Amino acid sequence: MNWIQALKMALKSIASNKIRSALTMLGIIIGVCSVIIMVSIVEGNTKQITERLKNMGTNLINLNIIGRGSTRRISESDLFKFAEENSDLIECVAPSVSGSVTVKAGNKNVTTSLEGTNEAYESVRNTKVEKGRFLNALDVERRQKVVLIGTYIEKELFDSMDAIGQQIKINGDIYTVVGVLEAKSNSSEGSEDNKVIIPYTTAKRLLRNAIVRSYSIQAKTPETVNAAMKALESFLYKTFNNDSSYRVFNQADMLEQVNEMTQSLSLMLGGIAGISLIVGGIGIMNIMLVSVTERTREIGIRKAIGAKRRDILTQFLIEAIVVSCIGGMVGVILGIVLTGVVGKAMSIPASPSIISMIISFSFSVFVGVFFGYYPASKASKLNPIQALRVE
Amino acid sequence: MIRINNMYKIYRMGPNEVRALNGVSFHVKPNEFVSIIGPSGSGKSTLMNMIGCLDTPTSGEYYLDGREVSKLKDDELAEIRNRKIGFIFQVYNLLPKITAIENVELPLIYMGIGKKERHRLAVEALERVGLGDRIHHRPSELSGGQQQRVAIARALASKPPLILADEPTGALDSKSGSEIMKMLHELHESGKTIVLITHDNNLAKQAQRIIRIQDGKIIEENEVA
Repeated sequence: MNWIQALKMALKSIASNKIRSALTMLGIIIGVCSVIIMVSIVEGNTKQITERLKNMGTNLINLNIIGRGSTRRISESDLFKFAEENSDLIECVAPSVSGSVTVKAGNKNVTTSLEGTNEAYESVRNTKVEKGRFLNALDVERRQKVVLIGTYIEKELFDSMDAIGQQIKINGDIYTVVGVLEAKSNSSEGSEDNKVIIPYTTAKRLLRNAIVRSYSIQAKTPETVNAAMKALESFLYKTFNNDSSYRVFNQADMLEQVNEMTQSLSLMLGGIAGISLIVGGIGIMNIMLVSVTERTREIGIRKAIGAKRRDILTQFLIEAIVVSCIGGMVGVILGIVLTGVVGKAMSIPASPSIISMIISFSFSVFVGVFFGYYPASKASKLNPIQALRVE
Repeated sequence: MIRINNMYKIYRMGPNEVRALNGVSFHVKPNEFVSIIGPSGSGKSTLMNMIGCLDTPTSGEYYLDGREVSKLKDDELAEIRNRKIGFIFQVYNLLPKITAIENVELPLIYMGIGKKERHRLAVEALERVGLGDRIHHRPSELSGGQQQRVAIARALASKPPLILADEPTGALDSKSGSEIMKMLHELHESGKTIVLITHDNNLAKQAQRIIRIQDGKIIEENEVA
């Protein structure tokens, strides 16, 4: 008996038990589908975060002042002075004050994130201006009420109107729009394009925030990043006399951390989804065992008229594999569709991961072989006389 | 065709042993029509299993078509059953979910015969039993007599030299039963060796020779006049 013949027999037998076969497949379908969705969502999320980090510019060092364990403080001017003294290592420093605000123009208002900074931000954070101008030193010095808006805000508040020169209210104060930031992603609500930038001196007042706790520092070149970090750390240590009051990290470290985190997340979620595949496999084994018992007489007849052990084994094994293969294929298709749906719902740019498809599909085939073998071998070892005696 | 020498089949059930076959010896010539008759519990079924190569004896020799088969392995026995023996059972033993022709093709599939040839042989066998117009019917759509004829077609399809019929008319009304018996005679005339297992004296008398078995032993062997 050849494989094609066995395949035909398996398909016939599956078709004659449609509901049961469909229910058996369901376990595999759900397993494969959830593996694909989980892995794709995590991968999409990682891509989004990585892109954001890359958008923030290279040579970037982040400094957070925690202020714990020390009564000493450090001000913007201290850091500007330090940067000037180390101008061979450090290009510039952009302070950052941030908060959540409501911006209003006419009768439309939007809740957005506000960042207060200085003119250095443009190059430090790799931010480009699409229309108008960026902040300048004078804006910062004079605490001007000027604002740059992201493309999402532009779209929401001004639609097709020219935003430059218009006035908007931020938490009730009137600001003049001097520029529109270039879109960093798709101008959607959850993206980086939903933000406004004002001078940090103005922001400190608006947000009632006396101390700047976050700085972005640009090293001269990628090669000086490490030296700059060392100089910065020793400067901070001298000021605070301990190393728990501040945190210095660069973009590469962050990328690495994010990657590590999402990788383990992807493995974990994929693993959990994989367990459902195994459960699906147990379902297959269960049904195949029932099927063998039910079809004892059929097996007896087949053996009596000349089926060898191998023939029976092949027949039942192929039946299990076909069930799991069809389940796997349906699961892959469903996974692709649902990844799009879930990704959209969570506004994550998730595209179905090919590797997760290949792995989960082959795993489902393996599950079919593994859990189908025992019932099939049980069937093949049935004694024809006893099998024929069963009613 | 069949030569059985001193065959024993002993089942152990705890401390007791049951001698289902207790030293059976007989032979069947090619193209002979033999009945094996005996009451239930006589070892008749066990003997049929032995002749049909469905089971192996505890001891003794069994030559089928010149070959010693009593000590073969499962898969070798399967091949013998496939090529040498056509089975006709009391309860037909057709697969209910497939059509008549698919049932008849089954032994040919296990023989490894190609699709076209298989179809040709199956149609030929079904026509021979007079069911050429019902090849795509399922067993449930056929009467008992027709089902038994499908079973005969299945037994014939692979052209085995030996037909082993176990109470072939037991589940049928007398009219269908006599049709089936007529068919067995036709097969006999066409050159097949027929072994009929029954408990019915009248049926047994239709054979050329009657072998009477009781308590695992042959008690009588008669040529029918």
